[in-house]
Amino acid sequence: MAKLPASLADLTKRFGPHPNSTPVGGWQDEVQNPADRLVKTHCCFCGQQCGIQLKVRGNTVIGFEPWEEFPFNQGKLCPKGVKRYLQSNHPDRLLEPLMRDDHGFREAGWDESLDYTVRRLKEIQAKYGKDSVAVFGGASLITEKAYLMGKFARVALGTRHIDYNGRLCMVSAGTAYKLAFDVDRSPIPWSDIAAADVIFAIGANIGECAPITTDYVWRARDHGAKLIIADPRMTPISRNADLYLPLRPGSDLVLLMSILHVILEEGLEDKKFIEDHTSGFVAVAESVKPYNPRMAAERTGVPPDAIQRAACMFATAERAVAMHARGTEHQSKGVENVLALINIALITGNIGREGAGVTMITGQGNGQGGREHGQKCDQLPGARSIEDPAAREHVAKVWGISPDELPGAGYTAQEIMNAIHEGEIKALFSICFNPLVSLPQAEYTRAALMKLEFFGVVDFFLSETAQHADVVLPGSLQEEEEGVTCNVEGRVLHIAKAVDPPAHARPDSEIICDLAWRLGKGEFFPYHSTREIFDELREASRGGIADYYGITYERIDKEYGVFWPCPTADHPGTPRLFEGGISFHPDGKCRLIVTDWRESGDPVAEDYPIYLTTGRVVSQYLSGTQTRRIGGLTDIYPEPRVEIHPRLAAEHAIEDKDWVTITTRRDEITLRAMVVKTIRPDTVFIPYHWANKQSANKLTHRTLDPRSKIPEYKVSACRIHRAEHAPEEAQ
Amino acid sequence: MYGYEFFVDTTRCISCQSCIKACEECGTHRGVSMINFDYVDRRNTIATAAFVCFHCDDPTCAQVCPADAIKVGEDGIVQSALKSRCIACSNCVLACPFGIPKLVIEQELMMKCDMCYDRTSIGKKPMCATVCPSQALTYARPEDIARTRREKPVNTFLFGQERVTTKVFMMAPPGSDEIVLDVMDYMWNGGSK
Repeated sequence: MAKLPASLADLTKRFGPHPNSTPVGGWQDEVQNPADRLVKTHCCFCGQQCGIQLKVRGNTVIGFEPWEEFPFNQGKLCPKGVKRYLQSNHPDRLLEPLMRDDHGFREAGWDESLDYTVRRLKEIQAKYGKDSVAVFGGASLITEKAYLMGKFARVALGTRHIDYNGRLCMVSAGTAYKLAFDVDRSPIPWSDIAAADVIFAIGANIGECAPITTDYVWRARDHGAKLIIADPRMTPISRNADLYLPLRPGSDLVLLMSILHVILEEGLEDKKFIEDHTSGFVAVAESVKPYNPRMAAERTGVPPDAIQRAACMFATAERAVAMHARGTEHQSKGVENVLALINIALITGNIGREGAGVTMITGQGNGQGGREHGQKCDQLPGARSIEDPAAREHVAKVWGISPDELPGAGYTAQEIMNAIHEGEIKALFSICFNPLVSLPQAEYTRAALMKLEFFGVVDFFLSETAQHADVVLPGSLQEEEEGVTCNVEGRVLHIAKAVDPPAHARPDSEIICDLAWRLGKGEFFPYHSTREIFDELREASRGGIADYYGITYERIDKEYGVFWPCPTADHPGTPRLFEGGISFHPDGKCRLIVTDWRESGDPVAEDYPIYLTTGRVVSQYLSGTQTRRIGGLTDIYPEPRVEIHPRLAAEHAIEDKDWVTITTRRDEITLRAMVVKTIRPDTVFIPYHWANKQSANKLTHRTLDPRSKIPEYKVSACRIHRAEHAPEEAQ
Repeated sequence: MYGYEFFVDTTRCISCQSCIKACEECGTHRGVSMINFDYVDRRNTIATAAFVCFHCDDPTCAQVCPADAIKVGEDGIVQSALKSRCIACSNCVLACPFGIPKLVIEQELMMKCDMCYDRTSIGKKPMCATVCPSQALTYARPEDIARTRREKPVNTFLFGQERVTTKVFMMAPPGSDEIVLDVMDYMWNGGSK
């Protein structure tokens, strides 16, 4: 059903991506026609959620102005923030509902497209059962929309299968923090980074993926803090590292367990903290015994004395912060990797006080808020477990249904795609997710999409995934609806509405509610505004872990954000968790948890001898649906290149800018080489923001972490060879 | 902004190019960036450097201008060439020891960083220094820089025998009083490839 309705060339010609480089009316237009208002809000890209002021004229965003009073970023912005306004009035913007026909997509009215969507979903559920329909959400949605998607799936559709693209981002970290502390949030406000004496960052390309965080790290260095960076590539943050650990992709766990081995061997642990505030120490100490630096050096490629130094620097610091991101989490042992880092922080007593802690660097725009209130397959609002009878009862009551009507846990994102491929799930309704670019093994995803009996999409641009849809409903950008997000620190922020959706595009929340009414469930979706959704969300989260009950839009504006948990109107919010070493577990103890080494799901071998790892560049965001349409960003880094060390390049007679074919056990792509010494000689790197023949995720594999179900994007096995000529599409 | 000065610390630069992108948005030269940005040697290092004009006390660009098109304001800001005078000869482009001025061919005009006088004159920081995520470009009070940074702000440069003093400060290792740049150092091509 859902194969491309027209050729890729025709679809691209009509829907883009076309990079938009100039403001509405040209560069000089603003001089004649200045903005009529400045709207204080936040950037739509990445979990930093920097404060920004949008310049608005009429119903168009025409530029930006820094917002220096906002304390988190104090006016600072990366190029994505500077250029985000170019999405407004974009030539590729979807302005009418689209329905596929024999020649591509035709414009349809809202009644026709929504009625058709509802009819198909009902038919398929009647034929195959409620759970034959799955829902995809996304972590760039404001929290109100994320909450709405969870309720829509479970109440309006009655399916248990709802998950979101945050499954590709924060779930390894979240799972580990739940196990260790019983809460999934950064334990520290970012000011703690600047106050640290030692910062250890593993698998975190801070300079490119969380640019504003760089300033916090540099400020720590200004007062003499030492910086330890572990990464297979020298990313920009490593330029000032005091110690750089060039670990082999996928060997993080060995490195971390060896660091803990040294700390215990040297007697540098915080015995009092371990005794008073942790459980599980004896087993963890026993588990790291074999991981001496010499053994670890063989697995990781990091010299034994560097491991020794890293351990001593971290453990002897008065105040140390350990940071991690997708590099260490996108692995089939992502949860264990994070647990091993948490163990180091806990055993050295670095938690719950100023300048000391362990933290995740949330990647997606609303990566934190988007996972707290019910679009995760196993969670209800307030970060409650969907299997917990008390949680089910509370949420069912708020929603006005019986707990028995509430479905149980469904599949995770990749499992949903697998179930589509296998024919178990027949229909998909998706918002804010571009799995064809972002899920591993893209041709498997494409084959799955083609098997769908119905595929409905809400989006503002026609993403590569949406090209396969039966119905595309034109939704809204972040600045077109009021709501909240939660940033990397756990600070809940107010997103202002700057403009209305253009032409016949509609606010996402209105589209979802309209569908719910047409599905006959309108009484459960009576909202007139996102504020009403937020008020219900506050109630639904009340008493839960992510308790928003005391947070209002007005409080956020007044206090420059409120950190959850915030259970009452007079509660100050909670910038730092675990003060005094007290975790959220009922006994207040932090759990030390044993980890064990496993091989990657796609191991290097004789026929695939090179590691392939993937990641981001500073000028692009996630699957590129938005940022590949912004000319001011695509000109920084126009197309993906494969980073290769000169030594490896020489072995294959590859020069800088040569075309190189990268082959894995699944697929191959051909890209230009970027020959640089800033990567391990046994590893190549490709950024993943591009689609089709430029897609790094054609090469990656579907191995998941058994607990978090995150795909192992950061470790694949490949081989490379110099291509004789450019790929067809580049000629 | 009274009491504020501009500080450049290239060791903080993370190659994000936010400065370039933000500079394009400024009101006096819409769509054209005045930032000088370099990958130092991308094959061997991730190091990058972003600069603005150093605004020399006795600017070489103005000295060599045959049309007397480059003026220094009372605030010490070296302006872009006057449109009515500039003959697009590129003398300034070639002569500037920092390599700052750019010839904008379409406009037949030399343009360069003017320290965002449209912003600084109304109490705002220059655009690049406001957005710079790593504060490689910083606009701050000298006393705050002295309090927070280990490096020392220096505004005396020695290009061989030529001593140049500037309005903009470069952060140098503690103890430095001047930055010495000998062109011969940069002509040596041994070492890394």
